[in-house]
Amino acid sequence: MTLYSQVQSLIKKELVLEWRSKYAINGILLYIAATVFICYQSFKKVEPVTWNALFWIIMLFAAINAVAKSFMNESKGRQLYYYTLVSPQAIIISKIIYNFLLMIVLSVIALFFYNVVFGNSIGDVPLYLVSVLLGSLSFATSFTMISAIASKAGNNATLMAVLSFPVVIPVLMAIIKLSKNAMDGLDRSVSVDEMMLLLGINVIISATSLLLFPYLWRE
Amino acid sequence: MTKNWWKLLAVVFIIYTIIAGLLFKVPHLAILHESIRNLYFHVPMWFTMTMLFLSSVIYSIKYLKSGNEQDDLRAVEFANVGLIFGILGLFTGSLWAKFTWGTWWTTDPKLNSALIAILIYLAYLVLRGSLDEEQKRARIGAVYNIFAFPVMIVLVFVLPRMTDSLHPGNGGNPGFGNYDLDSNMRLVFYPACMGWILLGFWIAQIRFRMRKMENYFLSK
Repeated sequence: MTLYSQVQSLIKKELVLEWRSKYAINGILLYIAATVFICYQSFKKVEPVTWNALFWIIMLFAAINAVAKSFMNESKGRQLYYYTLVSPQAIIISKIIYNFLLMIVLSVIALFFYNVVFGNSIGDVPLYLVSVLLGSLSFATSFTMISAIASKAGNNATLMAVLSFPVVIPVLMAIIKLSKNAMDGLDRSVSVDEMMLLLGINVIISATSLLLFPYLWRE
Repeated sequence: MTKNWWKLLAVVFIIYTIIAGLLFKVPHLAILHESIRNLYFHVPMWFTMTMLFLSSVIYSIKYLKSGNEQDDLRAVEFANVGLIFGILGLFTGSLWAKFTWGTWWTTDPKLNSALIAILIYLAYLVLRGSLDEEQKRARIGAVYNIFAFPVMIVLVFVLPRMTDSLHPGNGGNPGFGNYDLDSNMRLVFYPACMGWILLGFWIAQIRFRMRKMENYFLSK
């Protein structure tokens, strides 16, 4: 099988698994709904700056919960079985793409629910959606590799947080800046820098993940 | 002597930095006044930290290629010493900030970036601590080290340059390179950088040898 068809069938497998159990995605959705509601109960009304920051903080924790289990759910035996069938690159690529899709679905639903509860004052909606898209991509790329590392180190949730926060903070700072620009409805040329930076970080993180994953999975 | 000349160089440079740094004439600038001498101590700490972390990553890559335990020990010790220099950099910077900006800590992007960079390497040590099996610890540690390095570079060298900062050279503040750093200061600044970097490598080398001996006697 070529790499492309391997990735294709692995993504299909992930989607089918997700669809059959529905446990993960429902759990995360409920998590987002509960968090948004708790925030609503405690804040009532928020300033635009807080609105933006709060949204990304909710997304950050949702992303950690959603992506962290991408390697933890699979038993050792099953992983061994995959590695005899496909190349390690195919596994990490398929995980990243699948997590990206998952994050898009989650953030769109979260954004919708967040808007319903809090209302919004976004100046430039398309640009905000672009920033949400870039945010989903960044969370997917950085958390996938970290969750692979954490799963090798005994699957503990504290370790996942300790390892991922420092790595994701630069990404998060750039995303918050970009989405703040979108909220203020600034001219789009102002945000080009942040977008290029985010794309650059994502390319670097994906490339290092691809290079490093083959070393990681070998026991 | 042929192998150890750089250690002598380190000692000479650092003694020169301390003496010349504290005694030589410096330009008299508003706000900075005599605290400008901290340039010889604060800035080289970051250069040394970066060089040590870079070496740590290089040895991590080497480890993944060779599987040689020594490379892993080197990577860890470079990271350890780099962390110490990072903390010293924060400390000297904090002291400087107190006298020029009037506060120990501000929300300056460079400060935050530096702190997060240090957090990354602390996380690296925590990750290693959580693994018992030696080869697994070395391999997974190396993977995280290499993975985190590009992010650290973006954090420390790219992000602060995109926003305003109180540091010279950012957000409209003049950089030292432009006119403040006159040729007199360069005479001390460059040897200072070299001296601190060499000292960092020296400490890392000693720590690596200690680690190696420890392992040797433990395995006996």
